[in-house]
Amino acid sequence: MLNYIIRRVLYAIPILVGVNLITFTLFFVVNTPDDMARMHLGIKYVTDEAIIKWKQERGYDKPLLYNTEAEGAAKLTSTIFFEKSIAMFVFDFGRADDGRDIAHEIKSRMLPSLAIALPVFLLGLLVYITFALVMVFFRMTYIDFWGIVLCVALMSISSLFYIIGGQFLVGKLWHLVPISGYGNGLDAGRFLLLPIIIGVVGSAGANVRWYRTIFLEEMNKEYVRTARAKGLPESIVLFRHVLKNAMIPILTGAVVVIPLLFLGSLIAESFFGIPGLGSYTIEAINSQDFAVVRAMVFLGSLFYIIGLILTDISYTLVDPRIRLG
Amino acid sequence: MNPLIILILFLTACSGTIWNHPYPRDDSGKNILYNAFAERPKHLDPVQSYSSNEILFTAQIYQPPLQYHYLKRPYALIPQTVDKMPVVQYFDVNGELLPAETDVSSIAYSVYEISIKPGIYYQPHPAFARDDQEAFLYHDLTRKDLREIFKLTDFSQTGMRELLAEDYIYQIKRLAHPRLHSPILGLMADYIVGLREYAETLRKEADAASKDAYFDLRKFRLEGVEWVDAYTYRIKIKGKYPQFIYWLAMPFFSPIPWEADRFYAQSGFAEKNITLDWYPIGTGPYMLTENDPNRIMVLERNPCFQGELYPSEGMPDDIENGLLEDAGKPLPFIDKIIFSREKEGIPRWNKFLQGYYDASGIGSDSFDQAVQLTGQGEATVTEVMQSQGIRLETAVAPSTYYIGFNMLDPVVGGRTKQEKQSARKLRQAISIVVDYEEYVSIFANGRGIPAQGPIPPGITGYREGEEGVNPIVYKWQDGRAHRRSINEAKALLAEAGYPNGIDAKTGAPLVLYFDVTARSADDKSILDWMRKQFRKINIQLVVRSTDYNRFQDKIRKGNAQIFEWGWNADYPDPENFLFLLYGPQGKAGNNSGNNAANYDNAEYNSLFEQMEKMEDSPEREQIIDRMVGMLRQDAPWLWGYHPKDYALYHAWYGNVKPNKLSYNNIKYLRIDPALREQKRREWNEPVIWPIGAGVTVLVLSLVPGVIAYRRRERKVELKRSAA
Repeated sequence: MLNYIIRRVLYAIPILVGVNLITFTLFFVVNTPDDMARMHLGIKYVTDEAIIKWKQERGYDKPLLYNTEAEGAAKLTSTIFFEKSIAMFVFDFGRADDGRDIAHEIKSRMLPSLAIALPVFLLGLLVYITFALVMVFFRMTYIDFWGIVLCVALMSISSLFYIIGGQFLVGKLWHLVPISGYGNGLDAGRFLLLPIIIGVVGSAGANVRWYRTIFLEEMNKEYVRTARAKGLPESIVLFRHVLKNAMIPILTGAVVVIPLLFLGSLIAESFFGIPGLGSYTIEAINSQDFAVVRAMVFLGSLFYIIGLILTDISYTLVDPRIRLG
Repeated sequence: MNPLIILILFLTACSGTIWNHPYPRDDSGKNILYNAFAERPKHLDPVQSYSSNEILFTAQIYQPPLQYHYLKRPYALIPQTVDKMPVVQYFDVNGELLPAETDVSSIAYSVYEISIKPGIYYQPHPAFARDDQEAFLYHDLTRKDLREIFKLTDFSQTGMRELLAEDYIYQIKRLAHPRLHSPILGLMADYIVGLREYAETLRKEADAASKDAYFDLRKFRLEGVEWVDAYTYRIKIKGKYPQFIYWLAMPFFSPIPWEADRFYAQSGFAEKNITLDWYPIGTGPYMLTENDPNRIMVLERNPCFQGELYPSEGMPDDIENGLLEDAGKPLPFIDKIIFSREKEGIPRWNKFLQGYYDASGIGSDSFDQAVQLTGQGEATVTEVMQSQGIRLETAVAPSTYYIGFNMLDPVVGGRTKQEKQSARKLRQAISIVVDYEEYVSIFANGRGIPAQGPIPPGITGYREGEEGVNPIVYKWQDGRAHRRSINEAKALLAEAGYPNGIDAKTGAPLVLYFDVTARSADDKSILDWMRKQFRKINIQLVVRSTDYNRFQDKIRKGNAQIFEWGWNADYPDPENFLFLLYGPQGKAGNNSGNNAANYDNAEYNSLFEQMEKMEDSPEREQIIDRMVGMLRQDAPWLWGYHPKDYALYHAWYGNVKPNKLSYNNIKYLRIDPALREQKRREWNEPVIWPIGAGVTVLVLSLVPGVIAYRRRERKVELKRSAA
């Protein structure tokens, strides 16, 4: 397995370089270093000298990808792409255009993001799988029918509606929790209650149906028939045998998102005033802050790759037939 | 005991307390102002900061020499840290002092002598902390010393220091700091003697110096500033620039002690965001004690602040409005201000209604809920708001939102003399048909007044009534302005060579292009409305939507035809608006220009040059009137509208008078925390029955499942027994 992991890590390097190159190209197709300087310096009273000075200060006065005026390897290394990319591979993200340390910013925002995303993920997994199993248990009954109707209804509603509706009912009308905000330490709990419930309920429709489909597919397999033939109660068949055998598709969907939980959620964090990472990339795109955009895209790609590797490893844990070689 | 009963008992025990309180319980009843901010400030260093969301903080912390009077209108400058208004002296090229009423052309430079009051102190700060030998405690720290330091409050010792004239001089030098990017360096280099050369010297010296080391500006002399004594300094300005006095009320000219720069320049500080941009240091009424711009920013009373009193004079209706009841009392009144970040309008609005924010703006979504118009067309709060004791304050902002014509464009600007005349008639016709009264009513909920020229209300040159009406667009009848008819616009269009919207020379329909930045779906209705306005005289308007960068690029290259733009006043002088149409400020080919329409009229330019160097006087006003008259005739802009700001305040919020040019107003405000606490309790009593109902529904919904499960298991059991 170690060989497999080393190989996957090595594969990750060209992927990350490629993602970085695409991000770089897309960003600079839309924004030139001059545009970035103007955005940062404002539109009132900005002079050409100020723009030149800003670019020099931040190393944006060089060619983008190829320096025709340099000699030898410097043709490639004395460029914005090389200079801005190489440090990232040792996790030196540098400074945002407003001078603030990006690594510091990411570290301080990651925890609040995780404070919502992790409970939503874990609680969600528990609730969705339980409901899906219950629906499968009562398949072809009115409970299953109305369960599907409820799932479709939940799926059809925009996530924004859950947030605004939840804030209106629970926060504004019933005064049970703060409408938005965040606290330090344990005080954060009362602010997180509503977004976590809404996060779980908002995704319930699609997820319960997805797990129900997985379990139904398992129900048609021979080992289920054998288990029933042995006279096992349906609950044992479902919760012990079907659930265990359905772990591969469950893990495929679930484990890959675990590392991405750090990156937070844009809408939920904005509406609930959670100081997480959810809006960091969007804010950086709007303010044309390439340093932050490239750091966040790099982190996103890295986390996704880690998620995929973790998924592969998790397969070996639930299915002894799988060997990573 | 049944869990449901336990839950109900628990909830009953909790009654009487507020559950949705978003602040720490210990803060209840304290003299704290609660405010919200949407956008995180980028810079808190006064040399770089230039946004309204930043000045909200910096203006409470830093003290430039002057400030605007809180109550008097029109806006008037008064001393802040100085004992009297600066004395200006004029000199000729030989350095000879000239009399005050001298001819502008003989003035080579002006000298402002500024004397600050002794006894003003900076907030306690580790940069000033000294040991027993009077050596600075924290000026030579190593990375090892910083191991346990993560924020400014982690330094155990602080010190204080008196404000000195050298701090103001130091800050003026910082405008040219090679590692800072002051947005006004280019502008100030045109005025402050030697600032451009100073910036060049510093750039060369900084290139040679270590990038991480403290770059001591005190070693380099700036010709345009002179230290006179501990409390006095002089600023030397090229020629005469009367508007310079207004800049002395902006944070750019606040004092910065050299110790702060020295302290923050140490290695390892920037990685921990311990910078002047993050932790300001000032002499003002408040100091920033918590800076987490993603969540919360806290200002607390500066224990060293003293000496400023609430104004004793104001406008006649200020007495009636209770704004002079605190006259002569020491400032500030509020102990602490908590700014919470609210990116979305809906939660911000709801928290205001619950009493958790003390004031609020009004979004278009909540406008009808908050504001109603009286029979006389006056805006007032709705009955629901009145029942909560909420009141409305309105003020016209010193801003102009306009639509500009690019005068370099052959169709709307013209090239030959004849073309220019035709284009002017075309612009006049369009000015008539774009109905800004309707625009303000539909898209701004009535929050704005259609502009009659570039100068907004409250600024010299703005005229009320008939004399203030733009005669090209309006007629004065029955005591009010009436927009001219479509037929008059059509006649002008025909005179321009486009009868009924058809080019008389080519027979082709007249098509004009409106350049806008990429708009959201919400703005589609505005663009449709704009097309409809042009269609009134059969002009086809094509919207060319592009991203912000490309739009700016078009403007800089002079490739746009018709475009939207706006301007907020930097200071209350008409020069700050009339320069937007001054020829040499043309934006095409001139990055630092602000004349986006590229309007260039020799007579106007000449009058502008005359007017900008004059002090306020009837003669100056006559020139301004002439300039505005020329602009109305030439119509390089559709004058657009001046936005009107509406804000709501709770009953416990006192001493509010909107001041759209001054931002250091928190020190004048007053809060009644007891009333606020009482209202919060009344308005936020938890409604607990939904919890019980929810639990009951959950339990009841499980019952059919349990019954069905048992029935099924029994059936299986029976089958098994039968088998």
